[in-house]
Amino acid sequence: MIDKSFIGWVSPPSTVEVEKGRLRFFAKAIGETNPLYTNEEAAQAAGYRSLPLPLTFLFCLEMENPSSFKLLETLKVSLARILHGEQSFTYHYPVCAGDCVTFQSTVSDIYSKKGGALEFIVQETTARNQDGVLVGEMRNTIVVRN
Amino acid sequence: MAPTPFGTLKIGDDLPALTFPPITRQTLALYAGASGDHNPMHIDSDFAKQAGMEDVFAHGMLGMAYLGRALINWVPQKAIRQFSARFVAITHLGDQLTCRGTAVEELEQAGEQYVRLRLSATDQNGEIKLQGEAIVLRSYLM
Repeated sequence: MIDKSFIGWVSPPSTVEVEKGRLRFFAKAIGETNPLYTNEEAAQAAGYRSLPLPLTFLFCLEMENPSSFKLLETLKVSLARILHGEQSFTYHYPVCAGDCVTFQSTVSDIYSKKGGALEFIVQETTARNQDGVLVGEMRNTIVVRN
Repeated sequence: MAPTPFGTLKIGDDLPALTFPPITRQTLALYAGASGDHNPMHIDSDFAKQAGMEDVFAHGMLGMAYLGRALINWVPQKAIRQFSARFVAITHLGDQLTCRGTAVEELEQAGEQYVRLRLSATDQNGEIKLQGEAIVLRSYLM
């Protein structure tokens, strides 16, 4: 069983710079053809400073220094046993290439189902830009198959 | 760009479905690199088999990225306030996802009008892989 005393555990903050090349690579990987996500002029014409972050990319950016993987290591949960259960994003302010985003996660819940056959780890993450503005929030549920 | 059908969106309306190409190993390799999710379950067949899976399978977040693509096909990204998904079933190699959306509720908060959309991604056999939801600001849709 996962140690429930980790509820309330707060990750050390991590800061990641948003790179244009990375955003273009991501657009290619998901087959995105809207020039808003690859062409800076198109992005600026739409009112963005530079290429905007696609809807799910805050999650990817946080993967650069993933508190969830570090947490799993600490909890001795193998990557071979996890599945992504749920993910949600709340958007407060646009993030564009050139921004630096600082993430901080808190373990908000750990619980089990089916007599412990499945365990769930819930993390809530805040994302702030270089000016300290809260740009987004994420909630992530990882399922552990025992 | 073609105008979105959102301006006249009514509760109960369906949004145009969007179908994606079948998932290949290359899709997963590119997604692993671009997303930064290097979990070997999605790119290393040996690892996946040792873990008791038939083969590598798609990152849940790839399906959610597809759902996001469908969403911004319908509505400008700036209008989207919330986007969530539940990963209901594993998306396997060869699966072809179709993303759908329906307007289900009008919401009002702090004087702003929002629409709640129910979203889904299903495979070629109609099996639901992701169930999701988005909250979008009405004023962007006029």
